[in-house]
Parts: sequence; structure tokens; C-alpha cells
Amino acid sequence: MAARMGARTALVSFTRDAIGAMSCNPAIGGLGKGHLVREVDALDGLIARAADQAAIHYRMLNSSKGSAVQGPRVQADRKLYKAAIQRMLGEQDNLHIVEGEVAAIRIESGRVSGVSMADGTSIAARAVVLATGTFLGGRMFRGEERLEGGRIGEPGASLLAQQLRAAELPMARLKTGTPPRIDGRTIDWAMLDKQPSDSDGWTMSPRSQGRSVPQVFCAITRTCQQTHDIIRVNLDRSPLFSGAIGAQGPRYCPSIEDKIHRFGDRDGHQVFLEPEGLDTHLVYPNGISTSLPTDVQRAFVRSMAGLECAEIVVPGYAVEYDHIDPRALDHQLQVRAIPGLYCAGQINGTTGYEEAAAQGLVAGMAAAGQVLGRQIELPDRATSYLAVMIDDLVLQGVTEPYRMLTARAEYRLRLRANNASDRLTGLAIGNGCVGDERQAWFERRQRAKAGLLTALQRPASCAELAALGLPVKADGARQSLQDWLRFPAISLASLSPLIEGEHDLADDLIAEIEEDAVYAPYLARQDAELRDLRANERISLGGDIDYRAITGLSNEMVERLSLARPETLAEAGRIRGVTPAALAAILVHARRQAA
Amino acid sequence: MHAGDTIFALSSGAPPAALAIIRISGPGAGNALAALSGGLPSPRHAVLRSLQDPDDGGLLDRALVLWFPGPTTATGEDLAELHLHGGRAVVRAVEAVLARMPDLRLAEPGEFTRRAFLNGRMDLAEAEGLSDLLFAETEAQRVAAIRMASGHLSRQVESWRQEVLRLSALIEAELDFSDEDDVASGVADTTGQGIIALASHIGAALQRPRAERLRDGIRVVLAGPPNSGKSTLLNALVQREAAIVSDIAGTTRDLIEVPVGLKGIPFVFTDTAGLRDEGAEVIEAIGIDRARDAMAVADILLWLGPEGQGGARAWEIETQIDRIDVSRETKTAARHRLSARTGIGLDGLIDDLVMTAQTLLPGAGDVALNARQHRLLSECTEALDRAGQQDDLLLRAESLRHARLALDQLLGRTHVEDMLDALFGNFCIGK
Ligand SMILES: Cc1cc2nc3c(=O)[nH]c(=O)nc-3n(C[C@H](O)[C@H](O)[C@H](O)COP(=O)(O)OP(=O)(O)OC[C@H]3O[C@@H](n4cnc5c(N)ncnc54)[C@H](O)[C@@H]3O)c2cc1C
Repeated sequence: MAARMGARTALVSFTRDAIGAMSCNPAIGGLGKGHLVREVDALDGLIARAADQAAIHYRMLNSSKGSAVQGPRVQADRKLYKAAIQRMLGEQDNLHIVEGEVAAIRIESGRVSGVSMADGTSIAARAVVLATGTFLGGRMFRGEERLEGGRIGEPGASLLAQQLRAAELPMARLKTGTPPRIDGRTIDWAMLDKQPSDSDGWTMSPRSQGRSVPQVFCAITRTCQQTHDIIRVNLDRSPLFSGAIGAQGPRYCPSIEDKIHRFGDRDGHQVFLEPEGLDTHLVYPNGISTSLPTDVQRAFVRSMAGLECAEIVVPGYAVEYDHIDPRALDHQLQVRAIPGLYCAGQINGTTGYEEAAAQGLVAGMAAAGQVLGRQIELPDRATSYLAVMIDDLVLQGVTEPYRMLTARAEYRLRLRANNASDRLTGLAIGNGCVGDERQAWFERRQRAKAGLLTALQRPASCAELAALGLPVKADGARQSLQDWLRFPAISLASLSPLIEGEHDLADDLIAEIEEDAVYAPYLARQDAELRDLRANERISLGGDIDYRAITGLSNEMVERLSLARPETLAEAGRIRGVTPAALAAILVHARRQAA
Repeated sequence: MHAGDTIFALSSGAPPAALAIIRISGPGAGNALAALSGGLPSPRHAVLRSLQDPDDGGLLDRALVLWFPGPTTATGEDLAELHLHGGRAVVRAVEAVLARMPDLRLAEPGEFTRRAFLNGRMDLAEAEGLSDLLFAETEAQRVAAIRMASGHLSRQVESWRQEVLRLSALIEAELDFSDEDDVASGVADTTGQGIIALASHIGAALQRPRAERLRDGIRVVLAGPPNSGKSTLLNALVQREAAIVSDIAGTTRDLIEVPVGLKGIPFVFTDTAGLRDEGAEVIEAIGIDRARDAMAVADILLWLGPEGQGGARAWEIETQIDRIDVSRETKTAARHRLSARTGIGLDGLIDDLVMTAQTLLPGAGDVALNARQHRLLSECTEALDRAGQQDDLLLRAESLRHARLALDQLLGRTHVEDMLDALFGNFCIGK
């Protein structure tokens, strides 16, 4: 992103080969996550296009539900995904890939001046984005085994971890885990339910041209009573329960031992068997992330239908790593205490490729903006999941790895995976981070949309619609074609005889216009809310507030406010536990301080 | 006005009354209490003390005093309470002594409430309850206001909010985790039933008598043709409690509103222009229109005109029964027969008014709503109704979110995270 904006950019990683590596499940998208992927794509990031080039299985989650919560998800071939990412990075001007370990951030007169490498060399830079993933102080656990590192077979970043801890940045530990990989040739596929790839040709990026890779199917099995018994008996051998790992893992991706422990009364849990690629036999059993010893893993895997003879190729493990309390960051993901230092991805307490991609994009955009002296406009909670996530992170902090959910977005009816371009590409063009091709595509798309919307203002009577065989009540009033679209039985296609002019429209644009019409009354109702939000967003709380000096704030509120340092009244109001009374007191204090 | 001052005020109704409570709040409250009563009692215990003027040692009153050190007090500051005998002279003397103390001053209207609010000691609903308390003039008003200020409404609203959160969590689980099998099925039905039940619950609360009835009084409108004895009756009714009657000149020249307390219940009696259909000049005609408007919004309508012409809700009143000399209108089914002049029948009417009023006022266990609360709860039920009619879970969730926002606004708080907590407390989801 930074390179595209014109900044000279170095991408530093242990090995060039690891760039584009998928640590865990090679799946991209999902509920909430699919929205992030589309948003990153709308800002001209790479993840959606790379996913399309590697996708061996497409599935639109929630396809039976309202479009605002439908989540596009693909299974990617690991190798193809990595190849696609590396190819696109290779084509990027201004970008230099540097192999090696970053040992320290260099700081001069209070701001970042570059990084020092473990081999003694250094790289000068006015802005540095840290995206250390699970590598910062990474430590892996499997039964009684302990390994240093952030991913199996890869070293951890311990020098950097030491420096950050010494710099008195608020660091903490989180953990995550991954399931064992199974040799697909030892699975009895014939006896399992299969899930084919979606047949309609949607893609992750509207810029991709259909499916480019052969499609495979996934299969579904279940844990059973016997699985649970094996796990229960061996719980004390799991580092999660023996006390070896103290850090909090994601509630949304619990390990299988967590599931058994917390929801022991259930008789089984679904497990999806997902192929990792076209030319590999590795299969990813989605749903049984674990850090039990290898012998226990083998035993419980074999207790499941279809897996009676399964061979584990790589056993599952848990990883514990350092992250920074994201409340130390501002909304541009810059560390407040060290200007020029940005953090993105798992280091900020999130989990998932999509969350990491979205943050990397914002941090890169903001860092380049700073270096190039350019004002960057960022989206807000009403225009993107991306902003919802960042706002949540920097105001609320994390107590467990943060994963995107549609429920986190209060304005999700307007934040649909389908309309990401409409919401964000214009802003990205303004920030100068969109390539020429996408910009041309977007402008064409907006022109087509405007043309159709104008044509849809034409009023039409019930009789006209009835004449087309549409199910309308005879006593209905005359209204614009756009208003007619609100009715579930009426689609753009069905109205086409009444639409004047020639319109050449992409599927995603048609979907967007239809959905806007359906949600129109709800969106109108939200407008007042948004006015309030934006009004409060303009009330600046000014410089540094000493929250301890405000009478009436509980210790808890003082702590939360001091960590998050909200810049506006709206932000302060979103911090958990802050009451309107407290807000009033803060505002009075801020005003008095300013006077 | 400075937040750091120590303030005091009479916080019970106007004297004379059995008891008068003076509250002192702020950093100087402890000193003031010690100066008056000769030392600080142990916190939060009522003790009987002689209150003396610190300047000349003169005895002011024997009173219950209470000492609440901040910040966990009603105002969030040091707080003292003096429960005095409620005579006017006593109250005035104690106020005068307090006003002479350094850094103490009489509170502005609503200042205790504002401090409590700014110090985070009450939520919006509680603050509103308290502001009503400041207006309280009669016993019934006081009791209802106290009930609300002590969190009765807040607790009730909180329980509704929890139910909205629970319903939302069920739907969110379905929306965000449906592809994982660990979510209960049949969400549409369960939440549909829950929404209907909750809406009818809140709807019932909305049907209950409103707080304004307590604050503004039960509206009793006297109506009838000119010279039917309305004014005489009004005077007779009002004279009984003349001490707390104050005439508020009607903004119109022809509607006269008189607030009065009868047996502890607030009433507003409205005397209207005499009604006649013909021969009225322009101004009088306007008066007649207003009279008809007043009749329409009356809680109780006393009809002194020809039987059967006051409308179905009217109480038929036969007046001037002491006058045998004139040809007066008699009624076959009068609810009351009386003479305002001699007082015959008047007690019966008053008893009837009081008994009827009690059914119109919030009862002992009820929560009374003010206009703002009523509006927000109506918004909440409207949102619930929309949610109930909506089969699309996503749109149902959106309407539930609106319902929750209305309740949040009532309690003065908002957060998506509460909902997520409810979600993850109850389900095994994800993998
Ligand atoms: C075991 C495991 C299980 C996971 N399970 C899940 C899951 O169940 N669900 C889910 O959504 N997500 C899961 N993830 C998380 C997902 O992989 C990450 O959230 C995502 O990849 C984070 O992206 P990132 O860019 O922040 O970091 P990463 O993808 O981890 O990339 C970090 C990169 O930085 C390099 N690096 C780090 N430190 C240095 C240094 N000092 N010098 C040079 N290079 C350095 C590393 O070599 C690596 O290439 C899991 C990850 C792991 C490892």
C-alpha cells in the first residue's frame, strides 16, 4: 500500500519464501471476515485477488439469510496463494523485499528512525510498521513439548520482543492453536457427507474473472462420545489445562479441549475436512484445534467416522505470543508514545488473515501518508468493518484474540460485502492508494450505477407492473421503480421492460442496487443515529486529560479512559462502562481545562 | 456556580409539614454538621441531636441527623441530612445559620441532582425521578418520586434490556455462527414468541397511569351552560384546602385552572366558559371551543348542564338542591346531588373524586413514567412490533437493536459488547 502511494518501502521477513504463507487454515473469508476481504479489495489490497487465484472451494456462508450478513469464504491452495501474493508483490514498484531478522526498532529523539537487523546491518526509515504475527516472543506447546518460534519450523522474534518489553510498551500474551493435519489418502471419504464448491460463479474480488482453478469438495464428520472421553481423560496433559499456558485464547475458535471442558453436555461437534491444496494430500480438520500430546491427538482423531485409519502428518499445537495492548495506538494504528511506529495484525491482539490484512492496509496507508506529508482520510464505523475493528481495538483493547463478527458492526445493513467498492474505493482513490486499472473500473461502475439510478426514478403504476406479471396489489399507489424494488418479489431483471436506456451492469452492482432498495427504510431510520455519531465525533476532548482529576469517575473508568485516550466525545462514549454521567463530567472537565 | 462549593437546601416539601429534611452536600458538609450538632455521628446512622446556633449556642431544634461521607452518597460528595420538625420558623432559623457559615450557600434548583449525575451517582432515569421529587408537593407525588429515584424504574428497564439482549444474542448466534452446528435451532420461533411477550409487557407498563398525573394533578373539568353553578362549585371544592391553593391565571381569558390537593392527591380543577350553541359573540365562541377541548382531555368531567348532554364519560351533577324556590334543573340519574352553598353533598363528591383519582394515579407497586420515558418506551415497543413482524432474522436483529437503543437511552448507556457477552455466555460456538 505504502509502495503504491509512492513511498520507498522495504518488506522485511525472516525468509522471502515465508511471505504469503498461511499459518493455519488456508481459508479466506467467512462471516464478518468476508466483509473485511471485500473491503481490503475495495482499497486495492491483494488478499481477495490472491484468494481467487488460489481458490479450490467457494462457499457463500449464510446464503439463506439477509445479504448484509452473507459471508464469502474460499478454501485456498496454500502454494497457489503464496505464489499469487509473491507475484503481485514482485510487480509492485518501490517495494524491496529484505530477508533477515529485525532485532530492534531504532529510535532517535523520541521518534522512529529505522530498524536494526540481527546481522548487524540497519535500515533507515521515517516510519516502521510492525506486523510480527505470532512470532513476537512466540512459544509453541504440544502436550509436554515446548518449542521457541511463531510457527512450526520457524524461529521466533525474541530480540525484538525484549526491546519492546523494555520500552515499557503495554505488552501482554495471547494464545491460539491449530489442529493436526491429516493425510487425505487415509480418510474414508466415501462414508462422509460432502460439501461441493458453490456453483454460481461469484468471486472474492469483483475484479477477478471467474474461477481459475479446479474445484474440490469438503467433507463433514463429527466428534462422538468416544472422542470426548479420550480428550477428557487426557485433559491434564494439555498445556491449556496443566497451567503451562496462562494466556487467553479466542472464545470464537476454542480448542477442542476447551469445547469438551466448557460444553461437556453436547454429544458431538461438527468437523469439516478441508483439503489444503490440489497437489497435496494434507487435509485440515476444521474444528479440532488442539495442543494435546501427539498420541492423544492420534487416538481422538481416529475415534471419528471416516477417520478410523487416519494418519496425522503434522500434529496440532498451541502458540503463545506477545501482543501490544492496542489502546496504546491511535486510530491510524500508530503507537502514541513512539511517533513513526505503527503496528498491524496479530501483534495488535487480533486473529485471522483478514483482520491482519485490513490493519496492514490502514497502517501502511497512514505510515506512507506521514512520510509523504499527505493527509489520509480513514473510514468510520458507519462505512466499514475495517473501521469498526480498529475503533474497537484502540478504544476497548482486547481480552482475547479479536475476530471480526457481523454483530460488532452496528450499521451492518449498510456494510455489505457486496457494496464495499461503493463505500471505500472513492476514499482510497483520494488517498492515492488505488492502481490505475481499478480506478478506471470503479469510475465506469459508478457511472453505470448513476445511470441506472436515474432511470429508476421513473414512476410506475400497479397496472404497469401487473402487466409484466408481477404480484402487486391492485390498489397500490404509483411509485418510482426504485421504490417498487423494495418488494421481495420484484427484482431489477423483472422491471427491465420499464427501465429506459441501455444499462450494462455487473452482477454485484445489480445486487447492490436491489439491496439498497430493500434496506432503504432501515437505512433511513439509522440516519438520525449517524448524525448524532458524527456530531459527537466532532466534539474534541482536546489535549491530555488527567482522568484521575475528574471527580465521580470510578477507578475502572479512569483506567480504561487513561489507556485508550479517546480523542472525541463519541469515542469516550464508546468505551465500555463509561456512563453518560461520566461523559458529562469528562466534557465539563475538558471544557474547563480548555478555558 | 462552582462545583466545589458546599450547598444546602430543604429537600422535603414546603413547610409546614410533620418533618422537614435539609441536606448539605460538598466538602464543607462535615464541618457544618459538626458545628450544628456538636460532632460527627458515625456514618450512615440516624442519631438524635440538639442543633445549636454555633454563634450564640441557642437551641434550634432537636433533630435526627445523618452523616454520609463521600463518594458513595446520593450526590457523590460528603453529605449531611437534618430531619427537623417541620415548622416554618425552625426551618427558616436553621437555613439562616447554615447560610452564615463560610463556603456554604443555598443550592440552585436541581443542583443536588446535577451533582449526583455529574459524579456518576445516578443514571438518567434516576435523575429524572429525583427531579420530579423536587417538584413534589403532595404525599402521593413524594412516594412515587422516591420509588423512581431509588431505581425502581431503572431495575425494571434493565430487566427488559436484558431480555432484548438475550433475544438479540439468539439471533446473532444464528447470523454469525449458523454454519457451525453448535447453535440451537428454531431461533425464528423462539425469538418471535419472546418478542411478543416482551412487547406486551412493556405495553402494559405504558398503559399504566403517567407520572404527569402525579406532578400536574388529575384534571377535573367543570362544564355546563352559563350560570349553571360551575364557579360556585369550584370555589366550594377549592376552599377546603385554601392553604395550598394558588390561582394560576388562565392563559386564556376564559379557562381558569386551580391546582389543589385533596386528601394528599393532586387535582387541577378547570372552570370553563359556559357552553351555548347560539348567540355567542366571537371571543366567547373561542372560549367555548377551548372549553370543549378541555372537556376532551379531562380525566373527570363534572357536567352541570342538561342531563345527557355532557357526553358518555361525564358525571351528571345536580346542583343548587337547597334552592326550592327556583325552577331548577333536576336529573333522574345524577351521580351527585349537592349544594355548593350549604355544603350538602360536597363530601360525597370529594370522596368520589379521590377514590376515582386513585385508580388514575400510579398505584403503590407501579412505576410511573414521565413524558420522555413514555416516548422512549413507546419507541421500544414499536421497534419490537417491527421485529415481531419481520421474518428476516437480519432485519429482526436490526429492529431489536433499535429497541435496545431506546432502553439504553432511558438508562443512559450503550454498548454492543454487552450483547456479545450475552452471546458467548450461553453458547458453544466457533471452532
Ligand atoms: C498456530 C496458529 C494457529 C492459528 N489459528 C487461527 C485460527 O484458528 N483462526 C484464525 O482466524 N487465525 C488463526 N491463526 C492466525 C492467523 O494465521 C494470523 O492471525 C495471521 O496470519 C496474522 O497475520 P500477521 O500478518 O499479523 O502475521 P503472520 O502471518 O504471522 O506474519 C508475520 C510475519 O512476520 C515475520 N516476522 C516476525 N517477526 C519478525 C522479525 N523480528 N524479523 C523479521 N521477520 C519477522 C514472520 O516471519 C512472518 O512471516 C493462527 C496462527 C497460528 C500460527
